Amino acid sequence: MNKNHRVPSSRSLSAVEVKSKFGAEFRRFSLDRSKPGRFDEFYGLLQHVHRIPNVDLLVGYADIHGDLLPINNDDNYHKAISTAAPLLRLFLQRKEEADYSAFGTDSLTRKKTPAALAAVLLRPDANRKKPPIIISLPKDFRPVSSIIDVDILPETHRRVRLYKHGQEKPLGFYIRDGSSVRVTPQGLEKVPGIFISRLVPGGLAESTGLLAVNDEVLEVNGIEVAGKSLDQVTDMMIANSHNLIITVKPANQRNNVVRNSNSGGGAASGSSGRSSDSGASYYSYSTPGATAMTPSHIIQNFRPEEVESDDEEEDLVIEAGGDTRLAPRPAAGATASYSMPTLPRYEPHLNLRPSNGAMATSASVGSLSAPDRGLERRNLEEDGTVITL
Amino acid sequence: MKRFRRHGHDSQRDKLKQELYQFNKTVEHGFPHQPSALGFSPSLELLAIGTRSGAIKLYGAPGVEFMGLHDENAAVTQVHFLPHQVELVTLLDDNSLHMWTLRAHKGVSELLEIGRFTLTGPPGAIPSVTRVTAVLAHSSGELLLLGTEGGHVFVVEVPGFRELEENNISLHESLLPSTHHRWEGQNLECVEALQENPLNPRQVLIGYSRGLMVLWDLDRRCAIQHFLGTQQLESVCWMEDGGNILSSHSDGSYCHWTVTGKDPQTEPEKQETPYGKIPSILVDSGISTVSKLPPFLIFSGGMPRASYGDRHCISVIHSKTHVALDFTSRIIDFFVIRDGERDPNALVVLVEEELVVVDLQTEGWPVIQTPYLVPLHCSAITCSHHVSSIPLKLWERIQAAGKLQNLHYSRKPWPINGGQNLAPDPPQRDLLLTGHEDGTVRFWDASGVCLYPMYKLSTAMVFHTDADPNDNMNQSTEGEWPPFRKVGCFDPYSDDPRLGIQKIHLCKYSGYLTVAGTAGQILILEINDEAAEQTVEATVVDLLQGQEGFRWKGQARLDLREDPVTFPSGFQPFALVQCQPPAVVTAIALHSEWKLVAFGTSHGFGVYDYQQKNNILVRCTLNPNDQVALEGPLSRVKSIKKSLRQSFRRIRRSRVSMRKHNPNNGSCLLWLQLQEINARLEAETLHDMELAPVQRKIEARSADDSFTGLVRTLYFADTFLSDSSQSTPSLWAGTNGGAVFAYMLRLPPVERRMDNKVTAHAGKNSKEIQLMHRAPVVGLVVLDGRGAPLPEPLEVAHDLARSPDMQGSHQLLVISEEQLKLFNLPKVSSKAKLKLTALDGSRVRRVGVAWFGSSRVEDYGESSLVVLTNQGELHVVSLPSIKLQVHYPCIRREDVSGIASCVFTKHGQGLYLISPSEFERFSLSARWVVEPRCLVEAPSETRPTSHSSQVHRDQPDGASMENRICKRLVEFAFN
Repeated sequence: MNKNHRVPSSRSLSAVEVKSKFGAEFRRFSLDRSKPGRFDEFYGLLQHVHRIPNVDLLVGYADIHGDLLPINNDDNYHKAISTAAPLLRLFLQRKEEADYSAFGTDSLTRKKTPAALAAVLLRPDANRKKPPIIISLPKDFRPVSSIIDVDILPETHRRVRLYKHGQEKPLGFYIRDGSSVRVTPQGLEKVPGIFISRLVPGGLAESTGLLAVNDEVLEVNGIEVAGKSLDQVTDMMIANSHNLIITVKPANQRNNVVRNSNSGGGAASGSSGRSSDSGASYYSYSTPGATAMTPSHIIQNFRPEEVESDDEEEDLVIEAGGDTRLAPRPAAGATASYSMPTLPRYEPHLNLRPSNGAMATSASVGSLSAPDRGLERRNLEEDGTVITL
Repeated sequence: MKRFRRHGHDSQRDKLKQELYQFNKTVEHGFPHQPSALGFSPSLELLAIGTRSGAIKLYGAPGVEFMGLHDENAAVTQVHFLPHQVELVTLLDDNSLHMWTLRAHKGVSELLEIGRFTLTGPPGAIPSVTRVTAVLAHSSGELLLLGTEGGHVFVVEVPGFRELEENNISLHESLLPSTHHRWEGQNLECVEALQENPLNPRQVLIGYSRGLMVLWDLDRRCAIQHFLGTQQLESVCWMEDGGNILSSHSDGSYCHWTVTGKDPQTEPEKQETPYGKIPSILVDSGISTVSKLPPFLIFSGGMPRASYGDRHCISVIHSKTHVALDFTSRIIDFFVIRDGERDPNALVVLVEEELVVVDLQTEGWPVIQTPYLVPLHCSAITCSHHVSSIPLKLWERIQAAGKLQNLHYSRKPWPINGGQNLAPDPPQRDLLLTGHEDGTVRFWDASGVCLYPMYKLSTAMVFHTDADPNDNMNQSTEGEWPPFRKVGCFDPYSDDPRLGIQKIHLCKYSGYLTVAGTAGQILILEINDEAAEQTVEATVVDLLQGQEGFRWKGQARLDLREDPVTFPSGFQPFALVQCQPPAVVTAIALHSEWKLVAFGTSHGFGVYDYQQKNNILVRCTLNPNDQVALEGPLSRVKSIKKSLRQSFRRIRRSRVSMRKHNPNNGSCLLWLQLQEINARLEAETLHDMELAPVQRKIEARSADDSFTGLVRTLYFADTFLSDSSQSTPSLWAGTNGGAVFAYMLRLPPVERRMDNKVTAHAGKNSKEIQLMHRAPVVGLVVLDGRGAPLPEPLEVAHDLARSPDMQGSHQLLVISEEQLKLFNLPKVSSKAKLKLTALDGSRVRRVGVAWFGSSRVEDYGESSLVVLTNQGELHVVSLPSIKLQVHYPCIRREDVSGIASCVFTKHGQGLYLISPSEFERFSLSARWVVEPRCLVEAPSETRPTSHSSQVHRDQPDGASMENRICKRLVEFAFN
């Protein structure tokens, strides 16, 4: 929720131009940006302008990234209106023939690692059989981040997963050394800790709204940072940057997720509270209760075949003649999650953004010969690569 | 660590691991960093050096060495052996005294600290009363006399450190001869020197810093004679007849006094100023010894301050011969070793950067080459390369070439021979090659405990450099005064930084050597037993391959000497590759069987055929957007830092000046306001600083990072690159940006090797792998069908390795800074990986393949990967399963240069720099450990005719005196 409210609302144009497509038919009309009204009114309006009063509709819109996202409640309706710049393109489908899988984005790369997807979206629990609630299904959104493992973490902590699936967007945060106060049997004790020191405006970390300056970093991909140096933690984060899961103790403890709440923060994050994560679940959080489990989990991480199961994108091999492929993974490397049957999949949304999709893919696999590698990006960071020979 | 514990404990494996791996830091090679004290025991023939970091090192015969470390992190200021015993006393900067002993344990001696002691003065006394400035280990071996800054001499019984208060010596003005009222009312000041009469151990000479010397009788506890020197005293020494005394003074003079019993003696017998009275610095220390006739007078310092104040000199005067030995670093201390009755044999001088031993018996006083304590850093070490198991033939050839270089050294054997070296002979001959800033490569015998210099190769003579070849420092002009003579080899000044050596690769079977340097130069050399004239053929290789629109702002290429140069026997260059742009060479590989050399820089890599002397492959790896790499080593980072520092300094200065501006005419109110503003500004700055601590950016690696194209590793392999049925020669290159390039090489048959071209195939037979995590690739290894690393070139041909299995499928192991990854060949499908950084934040810095033999079963062994991380931890990783076996903390993670300097041997050992001048050797192997094993026995008390006891009487054991200001004299005699 908080995320949607963060959307900048100060747009100069007061009217939103709406272009609505149902089947082969287009309708154009405009809405007052400042007074968008409620979703049900809007829904009625759509039925009205398309002259399909009794048809159940699934409403989707193209967001600024060109992704097809649904409109099915007041929140995402308002978001759609406020971000339309200035044209709001709507796509209506009959509910009975709706293709849910059309929603989402840049699934080209992630399709290749369904194991990861399964882990993200699905925790094999009983809830799976329930009919999906229309409101805020994870697949309705292009995930940029999620709060995970809410049920196993203390309420004061937050485990955030940042999705950097080949996005151009930088992770965009800095960390620093600091000290925090811990409760120990000897009383309060000041211990060194790692803190978020800065968020880059427009970066992934900032845009999630889940991380803030002065949040204390407790774990990186399930591994405690206590006792590690700033450089070590930096290297760990960079090594995990394709799939970074950081557990923080937010500096602001007022927005904590309240446990056993179905909606609340979990839903607002764009992922439901029941989602889990393959990477993180191998290392359970070591609260006093869970400490006993930790060693065995950590050992697992050193088995190459299990480490393999995280959704790391594969290395690129350029063969003779220049044809490019991903490094194939032999069957032995496949994990059980490969065969998970009921996988919701992200499909490429080619009709909307074919060029963007391809670009994202090529960037994400880092093609050596990528001709479209951003020439304009002169990313000469002084603090970039450290050369030690 | 937890992660090494496994679920189902494989106890079998654990047992095996214990038989294979074992971590030990065994010995430190080289010269101790920042030595601060020297001691010598003539009876034990042991030399002791104390350092500023509190280490104490003992050296005897080659291979006999001991090391101890004081718990206190304080500099060792004095070392004294107790005469005729195996104990020694050290004085630290914190005024504590420590007793060490050599204790035999299981047939091997160990250096142990057995006691410590700090003088306690009377309650309420000022600290200077007990601040020790002079120590005399009395020849009885039972007493220690401690002179202090307050002018007292305390007597302590050793080894138990029991204060004998009743024996303490305190001179009061009232006790002084009354005729000399100039002492009245003055503090005697500190005790500069304490010397025992060589003939009468119950008489001790006490020298005070103001110039007064007192001969004290220990038994009667009274002064026998006063010598009233007028100049600031530096040191005193007895002549060995026991009747004469020499004192040295801060005005550059020394005085000769006679013990007459007539008290007091007001004027010296004789006063001399060797280098002129006018402005001369102190005669720091003086020593003189008697040979038959005439005497030797040896002293340090005494140079005219204005003209030679910057020299570090020891003067040796013997009859008409007078030489001022001119050292390149500060003199710490010196002593003379005697041979037989009275002959001075050798002068041992410890200077800050080396130990120099001068043969005083051979005409011309040549230097004796030291078998240990060699200054590794005579020019700064820039890289090192270790080659295990050198074939005897090559070994002898290198040795022979080295011998010819050492003709200027004395032929006399090493004079310090205490203790017995019990270590078994090393099982093989190992070479350590160090590259230096001045373009030299030094070859060291690294087989055993002593790192012995074998041969030195200089690459500078191939090039025209700024240095004038005729500028010989050793040439002294005829009739020059003082008669300087340069000694020692420590010379940290490089003529041309471009000459610096960056990479070395020696093929031990063929005698070919490749040496690559800072300005993109790659020299290919071959060993030759004869001096020969060589024309070096140069090839310039453009690594940018025509990329345009950039300006190289780095250094220029080195100029080759066109005319043939005569090279002495040893390694002689015959081919030179010069990279364009001339950036630092970051990787090389030599394949002596194929006669190819691969080289890489931050711009790309190439392959050179040194048989036909042409370049056969160039590949540019540079990202055209990488401006930093393009322009060369003009460090932007540094300049930004510098400008920041400067601006900070400017701000500070302006504030200071503002504050210093006194309100002498303005109103006081304004001044107060100004102060207030200043204070607030300062507080704000402080606050800002606290708000902006060190922070690290978290960002995924990108193709556009700087230096992604830098070539980190090159590897030749005969393997299956494109075809699983036929293996071919191939070259592999790994870059900083996580890319691996592979090229198939086509070699003509041996009989046509000179005529047909070697070709490298791009296009159809090349491969590229881009690691997704983009971390720098630091190592590439191909494993054969049995999972063993491919043997070195020519290793199989020389019957020293089993030929690789070419039946089963080969695997490529890519070692990046973040993880180890195994790929099947030729498909390049990923097979297994081991992550390091993602799990513990450590990154791979150095990697090597080593063979670990079992300590229990003779013929069992495993090839493993040895990895050193940026956290300073060593990991052993099994092959081909790439699983962590053991790990040991080895180097402090802050010691970046130590970690970067580490080299691994092929048998599970390693060396890294613990200081600019010292290598630490460690061993991971349980089978073979190179460590000192030596025995020192206590000298027997009754050795009537042995010369050591004679020497002993002459020269109190522990010739080392205080060197806080370094003053000393030992003895002298006139005839």
